[in-house]
Amino acid sequence: MAHEHKLEIFRGTLKFKSNVQKIWGVLIFLSIVTAVEVALGIAKPQVLTHNFFLGMKLLNWIFIILTLVKAYYIAWDFMHLRDEKKALRRSIVWTPIFLICYLIFILLFEADYIYNVYKDGFLAWNF
Amino acid sequence: MDATVTTGTEESVWGGGNRPLGASYGKMMMWFFIVSDALTFSGFLVSYGFSRFKFIETWPIADEVFTHVPFFHGNYPMYYVAFMTFILIMSSVTMVLAVDAGHKMMQKKVILYMFLTIIGGAIFVGSQAWEWATFIKGDHGALETKGGRILQFVNAETGQRASLADFSKTLPEERVKHESSKGVWFEKEGSQTSFSLNEVVEGFKATPNILIRTETINEEGHKTVLNREESLAKLKDAVLVVEGANLIHNEYGSRLFADFFFFITGFHGFHVFSGVVINVIIFFNVILGTYERRGHYEMVEKVGLYWHFVDLVWVFVFTFFYLV
Repeated sequence: MAHEHKLEIFRGTLKFKSNVQKIWGVLIFLSIVTAVEVALGIAKPQVLTHNFFLGMKLLNWIFIILTLVKAYYIAWDFMHLRDEKKALRRSIVWTPIFLICYLIFILLFEADYIYNVYKDGFLAWNF
Repeated sequence: MDATVTTGTEESVWGGGNRPLGASYGKMMMWFFIVSDALTFSGFLVSYGFSRFKFIETWPIADEVFTHVPFFHGNYPMYYVAFMTFILIMSSVTMVLAVDAGHKMMQKKVILYMFLTIIGGAIFVGSQAWEWATFIKGDHGALETKGGRILQFVNAETGQRASLADFSKTLPEERVKHESSKGVWFEKEGSQTSFSLNEVVEGFKATPNILIRTETINEEGHKTVLNREESLAKLKDAVLVVEGANLIHNEYGSRLFADFFFFITGFHGFHVFSGVVINVIIFFNVILGTYERRGHYEMVEKVGLYWHFVDLVWVFVFTFFYLV
């Protein structure tokens, strides 16, 4: 199984000398991202919790985006999708992403509808 | 892939020699499994989102639920989960290092890194068990209303949460645990709470600086604290004392929160546990030199994929359960 490793991350901005070095580099990056998440989660800056984008707090947007960034590096470098053939990578990544987006869309809209029914309908549940 | 038994047909298309997408059969199947497992986990997480959006104004705030760190007293939200996340990422790193050493056929290094990965996994599972135990045991205690809502208590002067033990009266009443053998109708009672409803209510009436905190989240993103008159009125709705959490009652707020906590972290913990077991099997195979004789360490790579997947899922669980 001697296949070539692609040793660049951040679209080629950072190039490592060996695969082992790249692994440690990615670890440092993931740790920094996690540390930022935890720091924001504890500090909860007012600017981020009181401003909304598409009905969600900016802070939550940041958390979700950082999570996707982490997921990308885990899949690309730890699960070495970066070194796989493009067709394999695409079939593995885009199929679930499509299905999950659909699931999120449909369930969250439905939940919001039920929330409104509970709120405005003639139904007491908070007693 | 190097076949272990050669019959002469492996390299032809009909003999299975064809490797679409440049991945061997085993690796491809591991990827298929991971994709389907990812859909299972997203089903769980999205249904968590469903329930949360349904009760968006009353959902528990995770920071106030997971506040403990082993061996330390006090209020430390998130630190321990952050530590768990780090442990899991770290064990993922040792796993990639093991895979990398496998590519270079360095048996000794594979053994070392596999060992470290197993230790990391064990620490994580242990931490999760501790989280569960803390969550089940409960923190301050609360009352449950007829509608299944939770009433928690706050000290009006400090603004801190008040435990039931802080203000409840001990009344000279006798409480006998109900057992199925004693009743006419088959009905069993779980372990009794440290105070009866009556003791909590009387204690509350006698202590003027205790207020009730409801589940409703106000515009500041905090739980609403009632004033004294409202609290006394609300207290009449209480029907049950709740300490800790299980699948039916949950002192932290919405019971669905506890249900999803048990299901999602439980399902993930089960994955970590099976990952550790599989890693141990492969670890011994490496020690015995199985892959050395086979000529390649692809098996390590395959369990590595599974192990990273477990880490990947945890990243999402961490975000949606503890952060958002």
